[in-house]
Amino acid sequence: MNTLKLIKYQLRDVLRSKWVFLYFLFFLVATDALFRFGGDGERVILSMMNIILLIIPLVSIMLGTMYLYNAREYIELMLSQPVKRSQLFIALFAALVLPMSTAVLLGVGLPFVWQGAIFTHAGSVLFLIFMGISLTVIFSSIAFFIALMTEDRIRGLGLSIVLWLFFAVVYDGLILLFIYFYSHYPLQQPVLILSMLNPLDLGRIALLIRFDASALMGFTGAVFQNFFGSTRGLLIVFAVMLTWMATPLLLGFRRFVMRDF
Amino acid sequence: MRTPSTLNKTKRMFRILLLGLLLLLGLFSFSFAADTLHVRDSLQSAINNAPPGSILYLESGIYEQETIYVRTPGITLTGRKDAVLDGGSERAILIIKADNVTVKNLTFRNTGISFRHDFAAIEVRNAKHFEIRKNTLEKNFFGIYLSEADSGLVVENSIKTTGTREANTGNGIHLWNSNYVNIEDNYIRGHRDGIYLEFAVHAHISNNISEHNLRYGLHYMFSDKSVYKENIFRYNGAGVAVMYTQNVTMRDNIFENNWGPAAYGILLKDIDNSVISNNIFRNNTIGLYSEGSNGVDIHNNLFQQNGWGVKLFANSTRNVFTKNSFIENTFDVATNSRQHNNTFKSNYWSKYTGYDLDGDGIGDVPHRPVRLYSLVVQQNPVSLILHRSLFIDILDIAERVIPALTPETLVDSTPLIKDPLK
Repeated sequence: MNTLKLIKYQLRDVLRSKWVFLYFLFFLVATDALFRFGGDGERVILSMMNIILLIIPLVSIMLGTMYLYNAREYIELMLSQPVKRSQLFIALFAALVLPMSTAVLLGVGLPFVWQGAIFTHAGSVLFLIFMGISLTVIFSSIAFFIALMTEDRIRGLGLSIVLWLFFAVVYDGLILLFIYFYSHYPLQQPVLILSMLNPLDLGRIALLIRFDASALMGFTGAVFQNFFGSTRGLLIVFAVMLTWMATPLLLGFRRFVMRDF
Repeated sequence: MRTPSTLNKTKRMFRILLLGLLLLLGLFSFSFAADTLHVRDSLQSAINNAPPGSILYLESGIYEQETIYVRTPGITLTGRKDAVLDGGSERAILIIKADNVTVKNLTFRNTGISFRHDFAAIEVRNAKHFEIRKNTLEKNFFGIYLSEADSGLVVENSIKTTGTREANTGNGIHLWNSNYVNIEDNYIRGHRDGIYLEFAVHAHISNNISEHNLRYGLHYMFSDKSVYKENIFRYNGAGVAVMYTQNVTMRDNIFENNWGPAAYGILLKDIDNSVISNNIFRNNTIGLYSEGSNGVDIHNNLFQQNGWGVKLFANSTRNVFTKNSFIENTFDVATNSRQHNNTFKSNYWSKYTGYDLDGDGIGDVPHRPVRLYSLVVQQNPVSLILHRSLFIDILDIAERVIPALTPETLVDSTPLIKDPLK
């Protein structure tokens, strides 16, 4: 009961500042514009995939970090009340992730509904939105972890940008380096495992295999397709995603419980 | 009163009349011989007994007997559509060894499958001027097999089987050492190669549909001066492969949906001085693959949504690409070397990012169709896993600004602003 009440207060606070609406509007306008510029459902999904992979992790990790820093006084106040720390932590996280996920769901989903493409591409759109929400949760929980580990606001924000850059760009560079370094060895398995360790790569590949038929190219493409296309592969993807959601969150939670505010 | 002279006159007239009647009868009987012979069972003896030029009409029924040989020239074999020649899954069905033979409107099914003999539903061996028209071929090893058979027609046949392995499936239409053959309006499905030509000069292949074959939709070697137009090759295991041939024209064909580790819209190997124009290459792993092919004129083709639009090896030279449209291919052009002796000019590239200030429809900035990433994938196929990664995009942009690794000479300096095919 307490938790729900806390979520309610916190949600009201989040919705009062307008950035969630802006975030929602961004997806709404982007998706709708893609439809209006002559794309059919399939092309819109492919373009939205790029946007989602780029924007969601960046926004989630930045906003998440800032959100927790801004909630500092509120947290201190609440902790002087008869409220369990775990309840407060859950409320804080839920109040961040729920509106952001809803923004993704509606922002991407609604244009598909009123453009009528939802009926022909239901599975694909849902999968896309599901991936978007998963990435939101993952990068929000990483943000919580960062904000709880570093006292300094600037350092925390800097760290979140660096981490995003690492996942989005540097990591792939390292993979490429690895591929060139060990090009004489059979690399399909190691590269598959390496790319699964990065949630952004994982999301990208899972979406790619589904939407971009040309990713099937050649023998290597077929190997990846076989893995990610199978039920076993999909289950592993979900498991890794869940691990990525849970680990930073649990670490953050431990810190939150122990920490002297 | 009758005089002897008048009597003679009547006699003569009567004689003439009789002669005329006899002649007429003879003519009638002759035409009767050239007319249709209806056949119910023993087909082989009917064929053996038929004089040259006869038409044999097969009544409905299943004709399952030893392999049938036609050795008499000018024979026409035709019949009701439900006249079925059955090979009993153990032998060839019909072998033609005489000129001017026509096979029409018949159904052939169940040849034997052999690793030593090329059993075919219809085989023409060392004969000229044959015509194979409107037949239905089902579940055969080879469909129509022409060896040293010149100047014939293969038209409007439907050739289907449900092959599972390349080893126990033959080709739909197979030509060996046969010149001046026209292959038109046929439908071929499920064979090893849909249409196979080896040493078939001056072949003319048009309006055929060849799909869901295990290996190639069309496969030819050493078949110079042939024309391929308005055919459709789709869903074939490995697409279309053509080799060691000169002076070929391929136009208005459609190559689509050939996906797989080694599937090509069309694979050119050692094809020289030929023209490939107005074709559509869509949804293939590789649209056009060129190895060791020289002086091929490739114009007005559409390359759309292929993994690789064109894969051009550096041992291909003097090929000219003009007025083609490259639309939404993962890689428009890929190659394996910085050195190049091929020309790209006035093509349309959907990835072109330049501008046209003077409004003459030609982009002011040259287009480099080879992405750095395509080079990377060429060297290390595993890096395919980085497809659509932000890192790769940044790498590509950097390379486009200052080309250091992609071929300098492979540039379209007059890229079109509008798609010429729209």
